[in-house]
Amino acid sequence: MSVVEVRHLSLSRGGSPVLRDVSLAIEKGEVFMRIGPSGSGKSSLLRCLNRLEEPPPGSVFFNGTDITTRPVTEICCRVGMVFQQAAMFPGTVGDNVAYGPAMRGETLPPERVRELLDMVALDDPGIAEKSAAELSGGQAQRVTIARALANDPAVLLLDEPTSALDPIATRAIEETLLGLRDRIGLTLVWVSHLVDQARRVGDRVLLLNEGRVVRIASAGEMLDPELGDERALAFANGDEAGLNGDQRGSDHGRAE
Amino acid sequence: MDVLNELGDALANLNDLPRIGLALALVAIAALISRWQQADLETDLLTASVRGFVQLIAVGYLLELVFNQDSPLWTTVLLLVMIVIAARTSGRRGKQTPRATWIALASIGVGSVLTLAILVIAGVFDYVPDAIIPIGGMIIGNAMTTASQVMNRMSDDLLEGRNQIESMLALGATSQQASLIQFRRALRNAMIPHIDTTKTVGLIKLPGAMTGMILAGASPLEAVQLQLIVMYMLVGAVTFTGLIAAYLTYRAFFTGAHQLKPLRPLPDAG
Repeated sequence: MSVVEVRHLSLSRGGSPVLRDVSLAIEKGEVFMRIGPSGSGKSSLLRCLNRLEEPPPGSVFFNGTDITTRPVTEICCRVGMVFQQAAMFPGTVGDNVAYGPAMRGETLPPERVRELLDMVALDDPGIAEKSAAELSGGQAQRVTIARALANDPAVLLLDEPTSALDPIATRAIEETLLGLRDRIGLTLVWVSHLVDQARRVGDRVLLLNEGRVVRIASAGEMLDPELGDERALAFANGDEAGLNGDQRGSDHGRAE
Repeated sequence: MDVLNELGDALANLNDLPRIGLALALVAIAALISRWQQADLETDLLTASVRGFVQLIAVGYLLELVFNQDSPLWTTVLLLVMIVIAARTSGRRGKQTPRATWIALASIGVGSVLTLAILVIAGVFDYVPDAIIPIGGMIIGNAMTTASQVMNRMSDDLLEGRNQIESMLALGATSQQASLIQFRRALRNAMIPHIDTTKTVGLIKLPGAMTGMILAGASPLEAVQLQLIVMYMLVGAVTFTGLIAAYLTYRAFFTGAHQLKPLRPLPDAG
């Protein structure tokens, strides 16, 4: 059984369709990428998978269960999410990590907080007691990953988790996330605008055009390094002309 | 016919017009200064002065009528009209808040009525128009400011803190847990000015009710005692109204399934 399954999902925002009849299945331990530029509505699909946005009933399934039949607070624990901007909550790093369990009235033992911080390579002694407001961008993003892991999720939704970070921090976060996939079998659904990143970390890549699935293929197949980044990105967004550089932008008539 | 007779009597009571005219001279001076400094406020000043005059004289007559009727029904009707006007005014201020007028109506209405009810039941004031209307006016006026402040502060903070709130929701927090910071901040923001006023009362300026009573010939001690009642009751009214407004505003921003409603188009909409 697939961990996440989407069946005929259509979604409109402000009267205009964002997703049209999208169906896909994501397997356990997979890194499933969706790449595309900002403004392509690529977050909407992700936000439906943990009910941050409401999908129509019978369109999104987690371990075979229609997520709209379960409480949102329960789905959010099983399907964690990391955002583009790492929003730190008031308090210490430890408070941040323990936030999810605390909202359910549970206290996360300090050993578990340290263990989670270790898992995201934040192993300086005393980091748990540090004020969360003092962290660098890369450290803060690590805390948001540890914070999501505290809920013991099966899936992590990653909404451009490295786009606010420098290249070194980006590579380090990628390593951490892939390490988590290998160590605890975490499934990653990853939205990115970087073709390079998709090549480095992705198992499969989703190609949507105007909200419709055009193709789902292995990252190697779809993002051939022989293709330039720009053309690969255009292709990943369903712009067929992207494959034929000479035709691009000629009579395509699509306003960007 | 009674009503007409009373109106006639009331007209005869407009014997302070010369003094009002003299006070108006200050507005004329202000207009001259505005013209001299090219502040371009003469028309505004004129409109405001005329409007203020007509409004207050009309209210004066209305109050004369209601006071002379001395009927609980008319008193109640007037209070309700005041609440509706306050709710509409406040609702127009809270543009970003969904259903702002209804939130204002509910919070101002319940906050004011509750405060008045406690005062009347406790026997602090009788339910007679010459006590209830001015006291109600003060309560409703303050409740109105509070409702606007709470709605504005909270909707600004909820929109601004969207990222943090959604991060909390994504960790399994309920909408109430995720908006707790904004809820508390809005409530504190509305209550602090009243608490500060209560702390420094008399030291910085004499409050309105007291000033009015002293001008009307009451002894300072009498005035002070009434002012204390007014201050305490306003703290109560502001707290009730603020609490209800904050609760309803938070509810208006979330779905029943703990999702923050997309009010503005999200950055990646498309």
